[in-house]
Amino acid sequence: MQESVVNRKIEEKEYTTLNLGPTHPATHGIFQNVLKMDGEIIMEAEQTIGYIHRAFEKIAERRPYNQITPLTDRLNYCSSPINNMGWHMTVEKLLGVEIPKRAEYMRVIIMELARISDHLVCNAVVGVDTGALTGFTYMFQWREKIYDIYEHICGARLTTNIGRIGGMERDFNDEVYKKIRQFLKEFPKAFSEFCSLLERNRIFVDRTVDAGAISAEKALSYGFTGPNLRATGVDYDVRVQNPYSSYQDFDFIIPVGTKGDTYDRFMVRQGEIWESLKIIQQAMENMPQGKYFADVPEFFMPPKEDVYNNMEALIWHFKIVMGETDVPKGEVYHAVEGGNGELGFYLLSDGGRSPYKLHFRRPSFIYYQAYPEMIKGRMLADAILTMSSMNVIAGELDA
Amino acid sequence: MSEITNEYIINAVKAHFGSQILSTDEPYGLVTFTVNPASLKDIIQWLKNHPEIKVNFLTDICGAHFPDLKNQELNVIYHVQSMVNNIRIRLKCFLPIENPTIASVTDLFAGANWMERETFDFYGIQFTGHPNLKRILNVDEMDYFPLRKEYPLEDGTRTDKEDQYFGR
Repeated sequence: MQESVVNRKIEEKEYTTLNLGPTHPATHGIFQNVLKMDGEIIMEAEQTIGYIHRAFEKIAERRPYNQITPLTDRLNYCSSPINNMGWHMTVEKLLGVEIPKRAEYMRVIIMELARISDHLVCNAVVGVDTGALTGFTYMFQWREKIYDIYEHICGARLTTNIGRIGGMERDFNDEVYKKIRQFLKEFPKAFSEFCSLLERNRIFVDRTVDAGAISAEKALSYGFTGPNLRATGVDYDVRVQNPYSSYQDFDFIIPVGTKGDTYDRFMVRQGEIWESLKIIQQAMENMPQGKYFADVPEFFMPPKEDVYNNMEALIWHFKIVMGETDVPKGEVYHAVEGGNGELGFYLLSDGGRSPYKLHFRRPSFIYYQAYPEMIKGRMLADAILTMSSMNVIAGELDA
Repeated sequence: MSEITNEYIINAVKAHFGSQILSTDEPYGLVTFTVNPASLKDIIQWLKNHPEIKVNFLTDICGAHFPDLKNQELNVIYHVQSMVNNIRIRLKCFLPIENPTIASVTDLFAGANWMERETFDFYGIQFTGHPNLKRILNVDEMDYFPLRKEYPLEDGTRTDKEDQYFGR
């Protein structure tokens, strides 16, 4: 009698259903995962997404091109300058505008600062999820300093709306150069300290190695890009494969991992921060002289002085503000290496003042679908860690 | 290894699929094929298995709506790429709005799953063979496809934003 009860229990094993999210402090964003748990082991998972879907693609169909830049800010809000630049470059490609070298170098500096801040947040949070809050508090101070630099360039901090179609809105002022130089001087020291806190920390390594691993074949099939793909050992980086904004001028390497687990993702991001610093250093040293905007009066705002004193400038100013300029017909796909991977813009223009169709290829959206497979058979705590090391950003996920 | 040119891809695909390729184009240097929807999956599979072209990555799937094109109102756009050869290829299919059906490519690329769900969610394109074709970003109860052009962004009855001088 006793025996049969035991047998039945084994056959009809009961699983617990656990709702992780939509709002949960450990998921760092609005994600819901319905987990089927056997004790603390995850048997199955299903994600629900779309909680902060804001219909950017629909809104973009009614906005003039310069008003779409603030929408891109809100995709991956940890590195909004990269999104802004990606959008500007897409429109510039459609218009066939050539951007002066100086503007491209300025853009590279801003994009690499954004990459550093994006990776810093991600890696600091991986540390938090393993129980190490120290690195997080130290690194957020440095993210703050990067935001100070943005503030001096464009006036905004988080959703930057930095740059314009055709170049940069203004030249870097002396304060910006001073702040970037100071950052380049002081940050490596602080960051080395952060590295030494975690990279060879036994507790951290034990927690992250083999957690949420994925093979290179699977990652490619799932459409992984960026640090998550490079952690599996595939050296695909848009900056090298299809250089944009003068990235071919810079000397840097692509860090890769081997196993595609949380530790590799962490280490790839760490490596990329060092490489980004190298790129910024090179861009600062070789900053070309010249104009910081291209000759596109239809899109680039004339100087305020000219607007007051010059009829033509006033007309252009008016037309830009009212969003009245038509763009050529065309079909463009442009990709940049965002914080999370290949951020693509598919733009279909029918010649009007706003895009006929705009689609964002959001890296988070595409690789997050592999998440159930990556956490299957692992502990719940690993699932949290895997999510934070994948750097899934809700804004980018839901667009 | 010799570089694979756009001409090489166009000639190879045309030689193999012939009449299934409705038109080819190269806007901004990106090879674009408009193909018969019935053979889209075969073409992607062939590109994937081709010993030279070696398409190994599905970059993106999205839709578009052209209300004025009779019987081909809905458009599905695929971007695939070969990381080995550093080439990107765009494939487009036009589908009638009454019955927008196309074969799913989820068994070729696992990542197509959510991309196709998103396209279904916004344009109502039916991907046959998809394991779990349901809405992804919008609520399940929604009974229309919001990115189709018949749904204006703002309330169509509003008059305060009408501005004939600026074409809005």
